[in-house]
Amino acid sequence: MVLSRQRGTYLLGKTAAHLGAATPLALLVLQVLQRPESLGANPIAALTDQLGLWALRLLLLTLTITPLRLWTQHSAWLRYRRLLGLWAAAYAALHLLMYVAVDQRFAGSVLLEDVIKRPWITLGLATALLLLALSVTSTRALMRRLGRRWQTLHYAIYPAAVGALWHYAWQVKKDLRAPLTYAALFVLLMALRLAKRSFRARFAPAITPGRT
Amino acid sequence: MGYRRDTEPKACEITPEAIWQERRQVLSALLLGGASAIISPTAHADAAPSGRLLPAPRNPAFVAQEPPNSWVDATTYNNFYEFGTDKSDPARNAGTLRPAPWSVTIGGEAQLRGTFALDDLLKPHPLEERIYRLRCVEAWSMVIPWIGFPLAALIQRFKPTSKAKYVAFTTLQDPVQMPGQRSGVLDWPYVEGLRIDEATHPLAFLAVGLYGRVLPNQSGAPLRLVVPWKYGFKSAKSIVRIDFLEHAPKTTWAVSNPREYGFYANVNPAVDHPRWSQKTERAIGAGLFAPRRATRPFNGYSEVASLYTGMDLAQWF
Repeated sequence: MVLSRQRGTYLLGKTAAHLGAATPLALLVLQVLQRPESLGANPIAALTDQLGLWALRLLLLTLTITPLRLWTQHSAWLRYRRLLGLWAAAYAALHLLMYVAVDQRFAGSVLLEDVIKRPWITLGLATALLLLALSVTSTRALMRRLGRRWQTLHYAIYPAAVGALWHYAWQVKKDLRAPLTYAALFVLLMALRLAKRSFRARFAPAITPGRT
Repeated sequence: MGYRRDTEPKACEITPEAIWQERRQVLSALLLGGASAIISPTAHADAAPSGRLLPAPRNPAFVAQEPPNSWVDATTYNNFYEFGTDKSDPARNAGTLRPAPWSVTIGGEAQLRGTFALDDLLKPHPLEERIYRLRCVEAWSMVIPWIGFPLAALIQRFKPTSKAKYVAFTTLQDPVQMPGQRSGVLDWPYVEGLRIDEATHPLAFLAVGLYGRVLPNQSGAPLRLVVPWKYGFKSAKSIVRIDFLEHAPKTTWAVSNPREYGFYANVNPAVDHPRWSQKTERAIGAGLFAPRRATRPFNGYSEVASLYTGMDLAQWF
């Protein structure tokens, strides 16, 4: 089969992105199977934390696509956005599953109490559900069917990112440096969007008729 | 008066060192052959116990029925913010601590006071081994064979006056030896305290070793408190001061977040931490598929309950 050069680059890029996003998961699985002691004395907590962290990292990576597109003026970046978002949701689902299935072993009353009484768990659950909702509505068919409402719905990635950051910061015992670093990255990503918008508004209002 | 335990200890419940060292050797040999090279290494202490041997007879009145954790678990999973806030940090960073020479100051409402070289302070006290459960406020637990002596014995030596209602323990403050103190994550130095009747309870223990060795730095070398019925943060590490006080000392975690951490910090499944449940705990070392374990009042040391008669433990958490 002969591939056009463009199609080849497209497939190569997508494959690389999938592989990159799957690597942390593959390494965690390998660690569990080959060297569980490398996860430390509390492997369940270590796995839960790592899966949650990778969900957050991939979520922030998903949010770098728009600034990349705006600042490089290449729409090719867009083809990675859904892929990264889906991987972020997958890590979030595994993170949630670790807590529900492995740590609490589906203990209904405990889970219910956690969700009701502990706002950081409520927030984490809401964030995961939001990401799942975005995932199931991410197909091209639904995108077409929902039209403008699809875009409105998918703006929910911003509250989801805030929810993920807040959930992370909220469960830390005392040292907030790591969650604040991720929050700063998020603020930077938002600032890059706004900066581009005001940059364009000031210098080239004529070339931006549509919304982004 | 005799000292009763929930269950009689059995010598067979404790894995002899030679056997578990051998298990560890077999394990590491297996693992070296695995595809381990690409897996990021985390902090690792030696698999086998290290440090100077510190033999001491086991006191059979104080032996938890659960099997002790491995040396690696106990010495690589630590909360000791003086060396970093991650639980793998102390094992990595505590090499800068110099546990010798060491001196301890005894002060406050006592007839005898002064600063003592650690050896002089320890000399009159015969060492013994006790296997205690440890319950962290973060809802995980371990079982650790400590070596040390009853805190009550030391307190008696210094003859506290009738004004001595509390005992405060202060950790070393030295950002050169304790790099974590360069951050403002807690108010340094770390201070913990007990009511004098708690401090003189037979369970309250001063430890200088674990697993038959002197305390490794990350475990609070060279002298630390062990209060097994309270959350782990009450057990101050690397102690340089012991003060007898008329009023309760301002303890570090209670100052840092009074809503979440109280002065008493007794293990209590009925009083949740504001952000997580204290009903169950994750037993460290039980493996990936072990269920959580129910947490018991006073971490199973129900003999201390009489210290708190008439107190509302939800208020005095």
